[in-house]
Amino acid sequence: MIGNKTETNPIGSRAAEKVVNNFSITVATVNGSGSQTSNLTLMRALFKMGIPVSGKNIFPSNIQGLPTWYTIRVNEDGYLARCEGQEIAVAMNPATFMKDVEGMVPGGVLFFDDSIKSPVSRQDLHLYPMPIKQMVRDSDAPANIRDYLANMVYVGVVANILAIDMERVYQALEFHFKGKQKPIDLNWNIVKNAYDWASNNLQKTDPYIVKPSNKTDGYIMADGNTAAALGALYGGLQFAAWYPITPATSLAETLHEYIPVFRKDPVTGKNTCVVLQAEDELAAIGMVVGAGWSGLRAMTSTSGPGFSLMVEYVGLAYFAEVPVVIWDIQRIGPSTGLPTRTSQGDLRLAYTMGHGDTKHVILFPGSVTECFEFGWKAFDIAERLQTPVIVLSDLDFGMNQWMTKPFEYPDRPMDRGKVLWEEELKQLGEKWGRYVDIDGDGITYRTLPGNKLPNAAYFARGTGHNEHAQYSEEPEDWENNLLRLRRKIEGNVALLPKPVITSTRAANISIISYGSTTAAIEEALTSLSQQGYKIDHLRMRSLPTAPEVMEFVRSHERNYVIELNRDGQLHQILRLEIPDCSMKLISLSHLDGLPLTAGWVVDHIIAEEEQQK
Amino acid sequence: MTDQIAQTSRAQVNLVGLTKNDYRGNPSSLCQGCGHNSISSQIIAACYELNIVPENVIKFSGIGCSSKSPFYFLNRSFGFNGLHGRMPSLATGALFGNISLKGIGLSGDGDTASIGMGQFKHIVRRNVPMVYIVENNGVYGLTKGQFSATADEGLELKKQGTNPYLPVDIAWEALVGHATFVARSFAGDPKQVKELIKAALSHKGIAMLDIISPCVTFNNQDNTSHSYSWGKEHEVALHDLSYVPPAEEIMIDYEDGQIKEVTMHDGSMVILKKLDRDYDPTNRTEAFRVLEESNKDCCLITGLIYINQSLPTLFDLYNLPDEPLNRLSEERLRPPRETIDKVNAMMF
Repeated sequence: MIGNKTETNPIGSRAAEKVVNNFSITVATVNGSGSQTSNLTLMRALFKMGIPVSGKNIFPSNIQGLPTWYTIRVNEDGYLARCEGQEIAVAMNPATFMKDVEGMVPGGVLFFDDSIKSPVSRQDLHLYPMPIKQMVRDSDAPANIRDYLANMVYVGVVANILAIDMERVYQALEFHFKGKQKPIDLNWNIVKNAYDWASNNLQKTDPYIVKPSNKTDGYIMADGNTAAALGALYGGLQFAAWYPITPATSLAETLHEYIPVFRKDPVTGKNTCVVLQAEDELAAIGMVVGAGWSGLRAMTSTSGPGFSLMVEYVGLAYFAEVPVVIWDIQRIGPSTGLPTRTSQGDLRLAYTMGHGDTKHVILFPGSVTECFEFGWKAFDIAERLQTPVIVLSDLDFGMNQWMTKPFEYPDRPMDRGKVLWEEELKQLGEKWGRYVDIDGDGITYRTLPGNKLPNAAYFARGTGHNEHAQYSEEPEDWENNLLRLRRKIEGNVALLPKPVITSTRAANISIISYGSTTAAIEEALTSLSQQGYKIDHLRMRSLPTAPEVMEFVRSHERNYVIELNRDGQLHQILRLEIPDCSMKLISLSHLDGLPLTAGWVVDHIIAEEEQQK
Repeated sequence: MTDQIAQTSRAQVNLVGLTKNDYRGNPSSLCQGCGHNSISSQIIAACYELNIVPENVIKFSGIGCSSKSPFYFLNRSFGFNGLHGRMPSLATGALFGNISLKGIGLSGDGDTASIGMGQFKHIVRRNVPMVYIVENNGVYGLTKGQFSATADEGLELKKQGTNPYLPVDIAWEALVGHATFVARSFAGDPKQVKELIKAALSHKGIAMLDIISPCVTFNNQDNTSHSYSWGKEHEVALHDLSYVPPAEEIMIDYEDGQIKEVTMHDGSMVILKKLDRDYDPTNRTEAFRVLEESNKDCCLITGLIYINQSLPTLFDLYNLPDEPLNRLSEERLRPPRETIDKVNAMMF
């Protein structure tokens, strides 16, 4: 949205009306300049003031030098999706200055580094120049960290103008530097000096302001990768192999960070979880399949290109019936794509990963807290069904900060599935064969390496096999096995997380979505409802399609399937799995690598609905 | 009849009370005379003679003729036939389930030196404690006779014409990759194969065995270095090698200066009796030299080429409990309930 100065209201009339706890701040900096610390500090201070807040990093695939933007959205009502149009900008990057200025809403607020010499092309903005270089020079900070500290200047100035509580800023710094006094002091001094400078030198002319609230009571701030890693550790993760890839890397790194804290064996003080950085994703998944087969709770985390490399082993795990958990933190593809942009484009690949007839269990966390929950739950499902479970998160969840419900301790004991150690195997006796469907639910009993009984062993393989895991080319062995595999998963869909349905009375249209788009969709639903639209919402949490989803789709005339990819991949799957409702399913795809906004949803739903009239 | 068999086998049990039959696998479906079958027999013999309980072994393989062979030995051991070139990763993960189990990986020259080169080099680099046997025949057998990466330069095969490339030397690659046990042998020398397998099973670390194992169907011409006849004519053993189990008396006759003893970490010993030369398998530079020399002189150097028992294994790098990881109960895997508040406090 490009503001046009001729259409804007005079500044004075807007300034009179205060805008409290409802705006976005976008900070434009150069990648690698250390601005993340400053942005997190602002965001956390706002959170500690009790104001709902989110932070989204729109960053380049680069270590240093390219432009990066960080958007903090402040919203008293708790709507925290990305939104178009920024009320407040902090312009620190000369290279993007002109564009940043153009992108602001009419009457917006511009904080800028006063050494940027580009002219401000608009007259409707509130301007706050900041003597960044001067303030850093005046500080006693060592020369090698002055560039990093430069970003702390805007923290102080913005805090002053928006009335952010400085005590909260200090708390945020304490948290960030884990209580280490030296960096806390260094940064705090700059922030404080900048705050004081603003008090003495700037006159507030803009309407935006924050006021303490209590809307963050009972919430935490976290990112999805941290949540997933912690959830996995609470799920009893025993083996993780991985290979570095944006945006999944921080998941495995978080495991490293927390194993010493939470996963030292209380009995021996030894580690009960192994994390291994493999030579590539081919090896990472191979190790995980080996570990899953030998009875460990095993997982890997990756993103598109690495996920593609894992296809063959996932097919083997499906066929040999090995429980593994794979977290795909989606970025936009195909190919290398945009490594630092979000997407929901891996669904189609994930669902049928592997050649031949395959169909996998997919989980869709819809919040950061759900990343934690599915972190442990995925193992229960994988071990119960003896099959790969693929959890589709994305960059927006994985790497951005979300206000979310605190993580809850697992509400049930672990389900290790049908595992036979010596005693259990003795009891089953002759009835047992690795792939004999004793219970008729498609799920067979497995033994694990180390079982001391002479008849416990079997030879796992990707080749055709009979019920006793022996090589077989018999047509009926093949057919029976493949049919059982389908029954095993489709017949146990009830074990998977059910969809979350929000119903309005007498709605005949709906939105179906999953994952990180939830925030934008919930905001859009409020807005659409205010405009008179009655719309139900179903958030998918797993595939294969649950009966509840089928029923929901059937009971609406038009179901808009909203997702972040080109082809409407979930839409395609639902059409295949609910063929009688094919015409009731309409695809709305968002495809630019950025997180969904409520505005986009509202515009597209209204446009579609107008066509129906 | 049945009684008779039972009686005979009762008479021949090893120290863990098992007969040789208890170490056998299914009948081989490989070609008659295939070198791989001979190696399978030596694995059976070595495990029987070492009194290894089959339940304490896990077998792994990739894809190819070689990778079928784990089905033909140790039926009482767990096994996993994985993907082409990716046995090493599978084994690495699986062995973490219970690090007291002995891993035996079977691979071929296609599986290791082509598609699996990366995983081979990395399992070696990590020193995963297991036996890694490459049944090396210089040819793709299961797809009917294509050149492999270890095929001789100039090798002529019916459908393929002449091989223009220089071969990959698996023992050399292992050595470059810091393997802690490197041996080369020849399926036509079963005694040495068996002794090397025993030594490998006692090694604490990765034990790479590059065994020339002729493909009688596609690459057994007299002039190819992977054939029986070539091997028989050109084999030059570095030493006469015998394995002595822990706490057993050394019964070999020798004169001073004629033998070299290598004490393994489990107390067993590898006795290397001098043949034509002095050879010290703990000297890595020497190891490179003999390999280079054997390639230059067109001979098949066999024996224990290199051993280093001082490096930590992959498992040593993790502070793992004594009890197998795959037997840990829920209480030891899931942090207690009261920690969840701490977790949430660590967020913001």
